[in-house]
Amino acid sequence: MKFGVLQFPGSCDDVDALLAARRVGDAELLWHGERDLGGADAIVVPGGFSYGDYLRAGAIARFSPVMESVIEFAGDGGLVLGICNGFQVLCEAQLLPGALLGNANRRFTCRQLALEVVNADTAFTRACVGGEELSVPAKHSWGRYYAEPETLRAMEESGQVVLRYAPAQNFNGSLHDIAGVCNEAGNVFGLMPHPEHAVEELTGSTDGLKIFQSMRLAVEGAQV
Amino acid sequence: MASETSTLPTLEDALTLGLTREEYELVCEKQGRPPNQLELAMYSLLWSEHCAYKHSRKLLRTLPTEGPHVVMGPGENAGAVDVGGGLACAFKVESHNHPSAVEPFQGAATGVGGILRDIFAIGARPIAVLDSLRFGEPSGARARYLLDGAVSGIGHYGNSIGVPTVGGEVYFEQPYEQNCLVNAMALGLAPRDELMSSAAAGHGNLLVLFGASTGRDGIGGASVLASAELAGADGDGGEGADMRPTVQVGDPFAEKKLLECSLELLERGLLVSLQDLGAAGLTSSASEMASKGGVGMDIDVAEVPLREPHMEPFEVMVSESQERMLCVIEPGKLDAVLAVCEKWEVLGAAIGRVTGTQRMRVLVGGELVGDMAVSALVDECPLYDLHPLKPTGPLYKPPAASLSLDATPREMLLALLACPNLASRRPLFEQYDAIVQSRTVRRPEQADAAVLALHPAPGGADGPVPALAVSIDGNGRRVAADPYRGTLAAVLECASNLACVGAEPLGTTNNLNFGNPEKGHIAWQLTESVRGLGDACRALDVPIVGGNVSLYNEGATGPIYPTPVIGMVGRLPDARRAGRLGFAAAGDEIALVGLLSPSLAASELAKLCGQQLPDGLEEVDIDAVRAAQNAVREAVRRGILASAHDIAEGGLAVALAECCLAGGVGASVRLGDDFWQAIGPAAALFGEGPGGFLVSGERDALRGLAEGVPVRAIGTVGGDQLRIEISETIAGQSVAMSVDLNQLDGAHGALGELFA
Repeated sequence: MKFGVLQFPGSCDDVDALLAARRVGDAELLWHGERDLGGADAIVVPGGFSYGDYLRAGAIARFSPVMESVIEFAGDGGLVLGICNGFQVLCEAQLLPGALLGNANRRFTCRQLALEVVNADTAFTRACVGGEELSVPAKHSWGRYYAEPETLRAMEESGQVVLRYAPAQNFNGSLHDIAGVCNEAGNVFGLMPHPEHAVEELTGSTDGLKIFQSMRLAVEGAQV
Repeated sequence: MASETSTLPTLEDALTLGLTREEYELVCEKQGRPPNQLELAMYSLLWSEHCAYKHSRKLLRTLPTEGPHVVMGPGENAGAVDVGGGLACAFKVESHNHPSAVEPFQGAATGVGGILRDIFAIGARPIAVLDSLRFGEPSGARARYLLDGAVSGIGHYGNSIGVPTVGGEVYFEQPYEQNCLVNAMALGLAPRDELMSSAAAGHGNLLVLFGASTGRDGIGGASVLASAELAGADGDGGEGADMRPTVQVGDPFAEKKLLECSLELLERGLLVSLQDLGAAGLTSSASEMASKGGVGMDIDVAEVPLREPHMEPFEVMVSESQERMLCVIEPGKLDAVLAVCEKWEVLGAAIGRVTGTQRMRVLVGGELVGDMAVSALVDECPLYDLHPLKPTGPLYKPPAASLSLDATPREMLLALLACPNLASRRPLFEQYDAIVQSRTVRRPEQADAAVLALHPAPGGADGPVPALAVSIDGNGRRVAADPYRGTLAAVLECASNLACVGAEPLGTTNNLNFGNPEKGHIAWQLTESVRGLGDACRALDVPIVGGNVSLYNEGATGPIYPTPVIGMVGRLPDARRAGRLGFAAAGDEIALVGLLSPSLAASELAKLCGQQLPDGLEEVDIDAVRAAQNAVREAVRRGILASAHDIAEGGLAVALAECCLAGGVGASVRLGDDFWQAIGPAAALFGEGPGGFLVSGERDALRGLAEGVPVRAIGTVGGDQLRIEISETIAGQSVAMSVDLNQLDGAHGALGELFA
């Protein structure tokens, strides 16, 4: 099982994602200017400020050569995880529904949060139990999840709302307390909190590891 | 000389640029003729206080800079200490006070950018930022504007570049109302044997400028803004607004690329030397590289990539455009260097050569427009003696009273917890990414010092996880009361913070923020403070590996409190045992460790009660403080303590409340007669002074804590109240207070409304 972690100019949590992925499999960095995904079984679009987040978060990274390959990879059913800025990139690339707006509290906020696993029957959460709480940090200024009411309704019905902020944890004002969503096919998943920063007890929590473990289970299950 | 001889600048021009008449005459003497415009601009910057340390250099020579762990001492872009495992930790603190007072967001942002460049200029990857901030009382509109701008600016830069902001401090005092302080400290890691020097070498080697293009921003920042008193900085069309063009604009994305590009150039072994461009831009960077290497340089400004056309040669040479680096390379490596620059989408251009002339020559397309001896520029600025004069009366007005001395201890405790200097910093530090790079073991408010694992994401095996600890501290009010003992206490406080997480100090850095040193009382503050700094560092065996001096921090309303800010880096053998400040388990015993001799002089309580600063603080028993630090550090390392917290501002009662809040559990404490009778209950509860620690743990473990250090059991952890009782043997002095945790929490959250 091999993860490919994208690296854009301005990525900040790329190495963190790489180290987290290496706890459950092989992983390597993929440079934004290359189209070759290096035979990766799953892609991680990491956090940070790709291209400085200038213009709009994720808006420029979405057009990078590597993203052309990722869009194709996702179209073929490959697993793609977008974390924070990566979530923004995936929304800009229209691999995921909705958009991320400025936080309701109008400030960059870094906080350890409790997340509720809404749907444990996805390729990204199958190592979790439905209703389980995960302790994972979030840190962003543009994390308020927004989608049109009918889109939201459809997403809720089809199980695309994968993670929600637990009560009193939604500082960014996301609609329906949404913290993470997947696409209709279930192979692309984005979340604002940082599971790669919750893989080690010493630095806070190990709950985020379950996202990476789930991806491994999904890839290896598919290979059998 | 080719040009400009017809329009030579005059003495008046030199005075406008911040030089004195005598200095201008000395420049003429060094040049053997009057300098032209470009030369005068370069001299005025390199001979500014900011670049030449002309009022502080003699004093700084008295400080201890050597020790067994020092890998790089003062003089390079940052100092470095050996942290084991073949790694060196580079660190430094620097100020960006006047830029922040003029434009807080960009001033603070570029302050962070500048200190980060200092770290990667010596080849270290930045791993953490801390900041030390001072503003006027937050009830004032200007202080709130500066606070909000500075905090946003620090976050904007640090968060975007992927370096965690892991700690810091902020105080609010009236003397900082006009002239706020923004000091930023950064740490980086590098292989011990691969630290980079900035000394230029190799006759014929190329000088490559890379990073952002050069514009007209920040011209004169080091001289007219940083090296003069601040006039009318409130910006209501006054001089502050006029000064805004001297403040640079930061681009953290450009710096992130510059950082990765620089580290890749170093990793590939393509560089001879490297230097960042900071104050005074190319002028200072090139001259200092040449001076350190004992060589000369020819720089052709026509080769410098410009942001706007028609820039004068002197503008190119003094521009403080951000996110630029200068390196010396062998000519054959130019293509390889430019290829790395291209990969990171960073501009790179060969702009000159190293020469054997020991002269700094500036050309425009091959035509000579400036020619100066490197030594005259860098090393021959006149140094001045200070003329210290101890003031005969108070220098500062007493603070406005917000609390009566007749208030009950309970009222005092809640008022202290809610006061701007002691309230929780959560509304500030939550605006900073504290966790990127996966090594933050203790975040803000989890422990007295930040703890960073040496290696990211260290988990896996059960072996020890070596780590760094870092703290930054400085209490200007106490230094104003007693520059010598106040500074001594600030250094001790840093070391105490490190002890609480189990770390031994390896080295320190400092930023000396003072007023105008040409005034006798400021010279006295500075002299006494540096004496305290040196004595404390010698007593603790912690050398100073670098630092910065920021003078002229005063405006029409008077000087700031003298504010030496101390940054200290330490090492702990196993992050798994790093101390925490919060009480952990009901039933744990609480003990006071050390010879606590609290006094209300210059304390937070005295401030709230509107008391004038005293003339002098009580003597500090450094050996006793050090013994207590050693005892606490060893106990933390042995893993026998559930919590450890240094008793600082607000005294014992506030420290108890902080331990309760951090642990989410109450405590019940009883202080015996012998503890408080000599000083009275208010001083016992809220008095301040170095050397006391509050620890908790299992009863038996605390019994064997230390030999030769006082350890006094004072209570137990548990419940949802903080209850403090003072024995009632003297009529009229009995005290017993109980405060619910949620009341403590409510008071402690007072800063929240500033950012609502």
